[in-house]
Amino acid sequence: MEKVKIKLTVNAREYELEVYPNQRLLDVLRENLHLTGTKEGCGIGECGACTVLINGDAVNSCLVLAPQADGKEVVTVEGLGQGENLHPLQEAFIKHFAFQCGFCTPGMLMAAKALLLKIPDPTEEDIRKWLSGVLCRCTGYQQIIDAVKEAAEEMKKC
Amino acid sequence: MAYKVVNTPQIRVDSLAKVTGQEKYAADYSFPGMLCGKVLRAKFPHALISKVDVQEALKLKGVHAVLIAQDIPGSKKIGAVIEDQDVLSGEKVRFLGDGVALVAAESMEIAERALELIKVEYEPLPGVFDPLEALKPGAPLLHPEKGDNIVNHHRVRKGDVKEGFARSEIVLEREYRTQFVEHSYIEPEACIAIPAPDLKGVQVLGSIQNPFSTRKMVARALNLELNRVQITQTTLGGSFGGKDEVMYIMAARAAMLALKTGKPVKMVNTREESFIESYKRHPYYMHYKVGATRDGKLQAMEIYIVADAGAYASQSPFVTWRSTVQATGPYEIPHVKTDVLAVYTNNTYTGAMRGFGSPQVIFAVESLMDELAHELNMDPVELRRINIFRQGSITATGQKLDDHVVSLEEVMDKALSAINYREKIGQKSEGPIKRGVGFAISFRGCSLGAEGLDYANALISAQADGSIYISTGVSDNGGGLKTVLSQIVAEELGVPISDITVNVVDTAFVPDGGPAVASRSTIMGGNATRNAAISLREKLVEAMASLWGVPHEEIGVGEGKFFHIKNPDLSLSFSKVVEEALRMGIAPLAYGTYVAPQVTWDEELGQGNAYFTYVYGCQAAEVEVDLETGKVRVLRVAAAHDLGKAINLKTAEGQIYGGVAMGLGYGLLEEVEIQEGYTRTLNFDTYLVPTSCDVPQVTPIIVENPDPYGPYGAKSLGEPTNELLAAAIANAIFQACGRRIRELPLTPERVLLGRSLREKKGRRASEIK
Repeated sequence: MEKVKIKLTVNAREYELEVYPNQRLLDVLRENLHLTGTKEGCGIGECGACTVLINGDAVNSCLVLAPQADGKEVVTVEGLGQGENLHPLQEAFIKHFAFQCGFCTPGMLMAAKALLLKIPDPTEEDIRKWLSGVLCRCTGYQQIIDAVKEAAEEMKKC
Repeated sequence: MAYKVVNTPQIRVDSLAKVTGQEKYAADYSFPGMLCGKVLRAKFPHALISKVDVQEALKLKGVHAVLIAQDIPGSKKIGAVIEDQDVLSGEKVRFLGDGVALVAAESMEIAERALELIKVEYEPLPGVFDPLEALKPGAPLLHPEKGDNIVNHHRVRKGDVKEGFARSEIVLEREYRTQFVEHSYIEPEACIAIPAPDLKGVQVLGSIQNPFSTRKMVARALNLELNRVQITQTTLGGSFGGKDEVMYIMAARAAMLALKTGKPVKMVNTREESFIESYKRHPYYMHYKVGATRDGKLQAMEIYIVADAGAYASQSPFVTWRSTVQATGPYEIPHVKTDVLAVYTNNTYTGAMRGFGSPQVIFAVESLMDELAHELNMDPVELRRINIFRQGSITATGQKLDDHVVSLEEVMDKALSAINYREKIGQKSEGPIKRGVGFAISFRGCSLGAEGLDYANALISAQADGSIYISTGVSDNGGGLKTVLSQIVAEELGVPISDITVNVVDTAFVPDGGPAVASRSTIMGGNATRNAAISLREKLVEAMASLWGVPHEEIGVGEGKFFHIKNPDLSLSFSKVVEEALRMGIAPLAYGTYVAPQVTWDEELGQGNAYFTYVYGCQAAEVEVDLETGKVRVLRVAAAHDLGKAINLKTAEGQIYGGVAMGLGYGLLEEVEIQEGYTRTLNFDTYLVPTSCDVPQVTPIIVENPDPYGPYGAKSLGEPTNELLAAAIANAIFQACGRRIRELPLTPERVLLGRSLREKKGRRASEIK
């Protein structure tokens, strides 16, 4: 199979890559760019563990072929915040114990980020709807919902 | 007693890594030269293998090895309780998840193409897919050398049920059934095997719940000594009891490929492979007969349960043993006869899953209690009050509950009050949407009980700068055990949690702590860790007493310091204390062990002190039933659990929220459909795990009656939170609309029509050759 050239921005950094046309964005992130924070849980767009932002929208990266992301801006959990510079969502997830095993957490954070980009002041119903594309088997969602509510409050203050 | 660190909501120690995507799970690792391992699985649920031809696959460019059963260097069968499971099947396949051949190749694509080139000739055999059929004479035998399909048969014989039923004024007989359930850890099974020439063996890193039992099985299959197999646990992306046997098999297969090729081999299941191969929660067929007097006093209970073990024994003997002990529910009954069988079929094998044999029997017995209350025209709460375990009650297995607080009535009252049970019980509504409220209660034995020797070990070692390692074989399945153990050590040594690291569970470096199962991690691992911390503290106190020339009882510990309580000038920071100890030739490390109190069991009569302590719980649910569609919506849940003492209030609440959500899935949504051995639900599009829109507001109620055996009084919480909700919902549906459903899950068709629309029998036309 012949490789194709694509350009994409991932976490504010530009990449020119040669990828196979059948490579998923998920594979390129994990294998070519070594951004393993984005997880694969089902491969069919049901579990949402691979959720990333493409041009600000929450997308299952297992359902996107890498060439489809050509020219787009991608944000993964690694681009949300690191070390001392955590995003308010990350701070709130820590404070509210909004994860247990942590495997869905990157997808959950990106889904929540997409929500807050569109609806800065979400109701509980908004939160439940926007997060319903990411399955969590550990937490029962309550502490995640609490965390997203608080992050929204915090971000309004900024 | 007031604690400084324990019993407070300390932030989880794995917080930063888990919210930044830095936490590494098995599939996130890669190594130079790493190959991809894949498995060719069975084509039929029951068939003899007449020939396997791998020549074409071996010729494919990029394929480094193709292995079949003959290539297994050691034991061809493994198993934690009964060694009956094929590492690879050579003579016959017993379920669709059996592996027939392994491939290691340079890429996933090549490996998958190689699988297609392997030619397997089968002679299909008649299969048996219903455990009741499997018990009948003449049924196809899964393991003919055993003579029948019975994995095990546990009994309880207490009093004389004939006499009990004769004394009863009302006798009810009911049948209940439950379904196959998938753990649905979001991280599919994954491991990497790496040849380890220095060990003359192999290392396997993986999402492995129980590294020590996995090591034993890999060593058996590869014919290696235990110290030549190193199992390193990577962060578990969920397990819930599910990453045990399936990981023995995966680790053994990956290790075979790694040793054959001399290269690291990664194996990751797709979700479809996981659904087909990994073991499930047992479906139970349960026949209950109960007798009571008109005033509601239980007289006798006769229980006959058949559990579908699937193709292999796995944990069935232990799962069904717990069911046996707890099958009557938490009620005083003078006459009990219980028989619980686990039976082989050609379905996917079944094993440990959060609850471990309790969610099934609780669904039955708690439905039955409400049915009995209805027949007696009695309030379900009152019926329970008359019969529940209280201080000093005797269980069906003859155990007197007197050395811990029997808090059943307390948890029941608290949950019912939180959901406003009294106000809601009689509510009437016009129109097709009906509301109802229901509840269920349970008692649950902590840790392993009479399953086997129950012990845990921990090693605490202070480093020269005062930082600390905790090493224990009891692993964090995601619930927050690392944080809990850190809190315990911080409490005992007076050091900040930030100075403590909990080591990765690695069989080469940490002592065997027994498995992280049976909600035993806090009570067992916590006790061992606390004992180690106390022992290290005493060692360092002795050192300081000798350094300062003062009696050791005059040394205080706290706020990161060791000090002389009478002379404030004599005070050293923890790091200086460690430095001084090292200077004095005293190693700043200590072992801690905890062996569970003695339990007893007579297998013939099913009598004995089955578990050394118990926890009690009650969950209540308010539901809405749409009589036009049969859809049930859970509006709110109250969950009261006596956990002895919460080491961390927030992770404890997290267990409740998570267990309730999983219980909701069990009650309403989840079923792995296996049709004559063929798995139909292969991914989360058809297997419905509750989403954030399905789980209602949950009120967690933590009840603390400290246990004499637990660390700081702590007991168990992980599993009890997951065992009650299905029964509570079934009872709430009855309260709402008068429909009693005795089979899980409580789908719209069962609510509306009283039966499932999906047939278990028959094959799709496209599959019949």
